[in-house]
Amino acid sequence: MAIAQQSIAERTAEPPGFDAAHVALRVVTYAILIIGAVVMVLPFTWMISTACKPNAELAISPIRFFPESPQCVTNVQALYEQSPDFNRYLVNTAIVTIGRTLGQLVICSLAAYGFARFQFPGRSVLFALSLGLLIVPFQAILIPNFVVISSLGLRNSFAGLILPGIFSAFALFLLRQAFLQIPIELEESAEIDGANPLQILWSITLPLSVPALAAFAVITVQAAWNDFLFPLVVANSPPTRVVTIGIALLQGQRDTPYNLIMMGSFIATVPMLILFVLLQRYFIEGVSQTGLRR
Amino acid sequence: MTLFLRPLGATPRARRRALWGLALVLPNTLGLLIFFGIPVLMTFGLSLFEWNGIRPPVWNGLQNFERMFFEDPLFWRALGNTLRLALFVVPANMALALGVAVLLNQRLRGRNLFRTVYFLPVITSTVAASVVWTWIFQPSYGLIGIVPGLGEMQWLTRPDLVLIPIAVVTIWQRIGFDMILFLAGLQNVPRILHEAALIDGANNRQRFLRITLPMLSPTTFLVLILNVIAVFQVFDQIYIMTSRTTPGGVGGSATTLTFMLYQAGFVRSEFGYASAISLALFLIVLAITVVQIRLQRRWVYYESEAG
Repeated sequence: MAIAQQSIAERTAEPPGFDAAHVALRVVTYAILIIGAVVMVLPFTWMISTACKPNAELAISPIRFFPESPQCVTNVQALYEQSPDFNRYLVNTAIVTIGRTLGQLVICSLAAYGFARFQFPGRSVLFALSLGLLIVPFQAILIPNFVVISSLGLRNSFAGLILPGIFSAFALFLLRQAFLQIPIELEESAEIDGANPLQILWSITLPLSVPALAAFAVITVQAAWNDFLFPLVVANSPPTRVVTIGIALLQGQRDTPYNLIMMGSFIATVPMLILFVLLQRYFIEGVSQTGLRR
Repeated sequence: MTLFLRPLGATPRARRRALWGLALVLPNTLGLLIFFGIPVLMTFGLSLFEWNGIRPPVWNGLQNFERMFFEDPLFWRALGNTLRLALFVVPANMALALGVAVLLNQRLRGRNLFRTVYFLPVITSTVAASVVWTWIFQPSYGLIGIVPGLGEMQWLTRPDLVLIPIAVVTIWQRIGFDMILFLAGLQNVPRILHEAALIDGANNRQRFLRITLPMLSPTTFLVLILNVIAVFQVFDQIYIMTSRTTPGGVGGSATTLTFMLYQAGFVRSEFGYASAISLALFLIVLAITVVQIRLQRRWVYYESEAG
């Protein structure tokens, strides 16, 4: 990665020189990038600043960038008074996120391996049909999906929130691509040694595909953590309510002051921020390899 | 038994492997069938019924479509709003993302830091982002007031303005995503082309217009399709930003097709009518994608074709 970036920088390097035009171009470049960066970051700082303001400082004109008497801890307590189950929602979101990500990794790895390395009747038809589902926007099948989940008795259950998220045509496609990059000779020699396909997948194919799996996993985690419409429709009762709905409920009650809503949003955002800081390169790789998210 | 297994392969090993293959793909295929395949077919079926989810469905032929096209003005308003939102979001977002990507595709101090900052909104939930931007667009007390003249406007309640805040959140959340795609595309532009052009005395602008843009066109095409599809799927922003005032905007001014089908299905329990709207949404997205794929031959340059 570092080497790749190095060569990219070299590739696009301007010819050396310190003439006035060059310096001016540099200054303009930085100015634009910095203004843009401020616009990107300002909503986050506004969220944090509002989250720590006392009620009296919310609706005042002119606005205050920084609270005069910040009360972050008081507002956290006030948030939990207003929304006593907020921690529960966070835990629910974590359960759904972990369940979907692990489930998808297992189910889609198996399927991708099957399509990548095995000949069986109907293979190309099944694969084409699976990929064909990619053109269907999820929103367009929301109604029948709800009907299916209701008729399976999965409304307001973790199973209902997790199950539909673990089957993925998109993951199947990506992981199959990754598995096809691995030299088949490695797998064949293991087969001669008497390993069965599951052992080969576990001990050879998956370890060699870790970068692709990781890039794919962080995208899935991000999408599951932030999901809103689907949980809103199939599991909007307190025991299985996820945190995005918890925030929407705060927002929908007109008497909830904005500092508490901002505090809730901030708390819900922190886990993704930490994950992003730790695994940034996988996020970026995930996006640039895939160009899609769902 | 052997006779039954014959179609699976000629040798015992081939048959064994065929069974393994089937077993491996079975769970995902079944899941896709239950949660995607069957629902697609059900959308067609349900759109021909009147059904509130409790009493048995009643066949009503094409009445849902008649209502949608001829009786319900909200459908055309929602379609218009969706297209207007696309008009706000897609060009602005693509131009900004490309601009940032081009600037970042140089040897720059702090290049990775900029990339991180521009990407941050992508990992934030649309719900949290929309909540923050609702507060930013608040009349009198919103951060938007630091721009002279913008602070006193009723951004979220005026029908002629409400799509603007929604477009702004959508763009803010998407720039980083498209920037990464453009950066990946820019890195595939062969260096030798730029060198040759430099030798021929081409300036920056000429190289950008004659080399970078044409060589980038496959990426631009991908980003365009993803952007249009994303706009048709916008929901969270509308739900959050209009929930304190009038859900879907005053007079449906912020209602898009996706929001309309949500309200029909899950607020009013009109599952048949909501399915008809779903079908319209699906077919419109499909049609736009097909048209774009057709048109791409006129402007997208694929290196391998040129040989």
